Amino acid sequence: MTTVDNDLKPVGYGRMLRKEDPRFVRGRGRYTDDVQLPGMLHLAILRSPFAHARIVHMDTTAAAALPRVKAVVTGADLAGLGLAWMPTLSGDVQAVLATDKVRFQGQEVAFVVAEDRYAARDALELIDVEYDVLDPVIDARRALDPAAPVIRDDLAGKTDNHCFDWETGDAAATAAVFERADVVVSQDLVYPRVHPAPMETCGAVADFDAVEGRLKLWSTTQAPHAHRTLYAMVAGIPEHKIQVISPDIGGGFGNKVPIYPGYVCAIVGSIVTGKPVKWMEDRSENLVSTGFARDYIMRGEIAATRDGKILAIRTHVLADHGAFNGTAAPVKYPAGFFGVFTGSYDIEAAYCSMTAVYTNKAPGGVAYACSFRITEAVYLVERIVDCLAYELDMDPALLRLRNLLKPDQFPYMSKTGWEYDSGNYEPTMRLALSLAGYDDLRREQAERRSRGEIMGIGIAFFTEAVGAGPRKNMDILGLGMADGCELRVHPTGKAVVRLSVQSQGQGHETTFAQIVAEEIGIPPADIDVVHGDTDQTPFGLGTYGSRSTPVSGAAAALVARKVRDKAKLIAASMLEVSVADLEWQKGSFSVKGDPGAAVTIQDIAMRAHGAGDLPDGLEGGLEAQICYNPSNLTYPHGAYICVVDIDPGTAVVKVRRFVAVDDCGTRINPMIIEGQVHGGLTDGVGMALMEMIAFDEDGNCLGASLMDYLLPTALEVPDWETGFTVTPSPHHPIGAKGVGESATVGSPPAIVNAVVDALRPYGVRHADMPLTPSRVWDAMRGHAQPPI
Amino acid sequence: MRVTMIVNGDEVTREIEDRLLLVHFLRDTLGLTGTHWGCDTSNCGTCVVWLDGEPVKSCTVLAAMAGGHEVRTVEDLAANGTLDPVQEGFMQCHGLQCGFCTPGMLMTARALLDRNPDPSESEIREAISGQICRCTGYATIVRSVRWAASS
Repeated sequence: MTTVDNDLKPVGYGRMLRKEDPRFVRGRGRYTDDVQLPGMLHLAILRSPFAHARIVHMDTTAAAALPRVKAVVTGADLAGLGLAWMPTLSGDVQAVLATDKVRFQGQEVAFVVAEDRYAARDALELIDVEYDVLDPVIDARRALDPAAPVIRDDLAGKTDNHCFDWETGDAAATAAVFERADVVVSQDLVYPRVHPAPMETCGAVADFDAVEGRLKLWSTTQAPHAHRTLYAMVAGIPEHKIQVISPDIGGGFGNKVPIYPGYVCAIVGSIVTGKPVKWMEDRSENLVSTGFARDYIMRGEIAATRDGKILAIRTHVLADHGAFNGTAAPVKYPAGFFGVFTGSYDIEAAYCSMTAVYTNKAPGGVAYACSFRITEAVYLVERIVDCLAYELDMDPALLRLRNLLKPDQFPYMSKTGWEYDSGNYEPTMRLALSLAGYDDLRREQAERRSRGEIMGIGIAFFTEAVGAGPRKNMDILGLGMADGCELRVHPTGKAVVRLSVQSQGQGHETTFAQIVAEEIGIPPADIDVVHGDTDQTPFGLGTYGSRSTPVSGAAAALVARKVRDKAKLIAASMLEVSVADLEWQKGSFSVKGDPGAAVTIQDIAMRAHGAGDLPDGLEGGLEAQICYNPSNLTYPHGAYICVVDIDPGTAVVKVRRFVAVDDCGTRINPMIIEGQVHGGLTDGVGMALMEMIAFDEDGNCLGASLMDYLLPTALEVPDWETGFTVTPSPHHPIGAKGVGESATVGSPPAIVNAVVDALRPYGVRHADMPLTPSRVWDAMRGHAQPPI
Repeated sequence: MRVTMIVNGDEVTREIEDRLLLVHFLRDTLGLTGTHWGCDTSNCGTCVVWLDGEPVKSCTVLAAMAGGHEVRTVEDLAANGTLDPVQEGFMQCHGLQCGFCTPGMLMTARALLDRNPDPSESEIREAISGQICRCTGYATIVRSVRWAASS
């Protein structure tokens, strides 16, 4: 069989087939639900049918009496162990099992441990819970009404549903610019609640050894080290006696960052029964109870001159955080990185105020490849810029080109205090316009409109901020967001690199082998990448927010350089020359001017472990470790262009073409980068056109299955057209910036802008996501309504 | 109840509960964990296996219904250590990332190619439209199947 590309690339960057694929295509992935242990029991969770209700009485007698049931545990039982509540990643608390009230539909109320999955589910049916149903708070706009029921009466002195206030930028300076601007445009925007819905739901296998006091936990976590530390803090098991294994993960997208009650229940279940316990949630449980994303109700305002110079952007956000503040973001950033809402533009002033509220909905808020809320920020700025183009009757591409930051402005300090590391925006924009054939598309659009056809062209230009982050100002519950890395070269010149991040499909076993290979010249095939096991890897904060390459990738490059530096000392000794006389060619050191006098990294590895002399003071072995603390975030950017056709008879939106030009700095494996982009673009189609976690007035979740929560299939998406520019990060050791979430961030506004552009003949300036046929139909008839 | 079926060419007989789903029979009873459980509602397709040569969603088939029939799973795609062209195509064209939907996609792709050895892009998209992939955006899956078709 021929290969389409060279997968035996000797060293370094470039397209290389993935090292993890041979096991996946054989059905030999190792996911959490694949773990089978002797005597293992199964856990199922009873969930609240109501959004807001007081638990009056619970009777578990019949459930406990069912054959094959080993344990039934309630919130009262957990309270006795001091485990009924746990901290969230945002410093709030969340019920593991409800003790007093249920606060969202699907909340955990009790659990059963039984001999198999089916028996555990049978027992749930026999738990009798009497509820006193309370009025729920569903509409975030009503959450602060004086008469609204108080959801969080577990918090001492709490008399309302206020979660937090937050602001950034300069209110007075921004107001002054708005005062003198020729043109001010404001627009209400809703980014509805959506859900990452990874193909693999969340789950865990807990195995507690009571004799040794040791816990082994396989779980679907994107952050095994952070989880281990939190389990130690919550459950009181010493950290050195906890091993968290994050095996193959069937997609994460942020859904698998938080600690969920189910994980804690599995641990408790194993402690109580003395057996290994597996918990795997089903799809409905995943959709109704685990980390949602977005749910921002925004007002955007933009000030400009009449000829299209953007002067200032201002926004107010009402953020729905659900029943508990489970946002997974650095603690000093309660709104994540929404502060980059000034986007890619050279403006004079900006201001944002935000009010966050509790509602009777599932907790979460930072997920779905959002780069800590940059999805919302980019949607806001890119939609409001299009609204400005509409009011100025100016081409949206020209308006953006007029206002993009210029190369000589970098590093650029934004008006909200973010230091963009590097950027060269105009070539990226022009490449996208060229790939799309933008001028021809506009001509085609005019022609089609004359025939009554509905075609739209949408543009989005985004700047991301990824790679959290500098530990001086970024931590999660006190844990700094640095990443460790260890590299060990074996005597025969093969190597193992141990990462603190792990993969949910991003291809770390390949990319990180390539990073190390580029630095020390050992072929990627000879480098084993170990990740996702706290006993095997150094401490670090995990994979989310597109942080693996910016943080852990830097750690891998630097640890390899440390090894290379040591190798150089040994090489000098072997060649009997001074270090200054050596030059490095990928894989070997040679004497300057005498290329025949050379030793390979493999020769050096053997010498490092051998019996021969080493330079004075040098220890044997060839290995190093590092903990990398990034000095700044990295700022990838991109220009996206979407072409849609809308059926006038059904209002169905068809994405005909999508051009994505990404700049993520240095490109390690272009095949993997392109794959990441494709996936994010598909997320964008889902969010823009199909997906929404909706609720009825009683708080019933209306998106509780994949029949109700619609995800894109192969029929809803086009064949993606991609391009790239390269603007390396100046502070990252290899200039890489991260790309995992760029397309999820950039694509929704491009698609919505395309749909709104298509509807221009109908006088539509804005319509909210999801742009389902019925919502587009309403917009065409002047009845566009927000989705919530 | 007692059920007997052919799984990947071997006859297996087990005592099972009447209500046991085929996906759980394969995974938990037989230990064939290549087939995955994703949604319970036949929407995601990660559980696709063959029943008498037809792709079915094993989360909505009772193991009892497979009694007396032939089941084929992803573990049987490679023959004597040689990968099926669809397996090779998915590796060559980056048709997978997290790998969770992959077994179902592979079984559907193989069934498509058995019936239509030279499918168009739209025929491939139609064939896999009952399955969801959250990682790849489908374009590389389409290319993977085309690669297998032309190999």
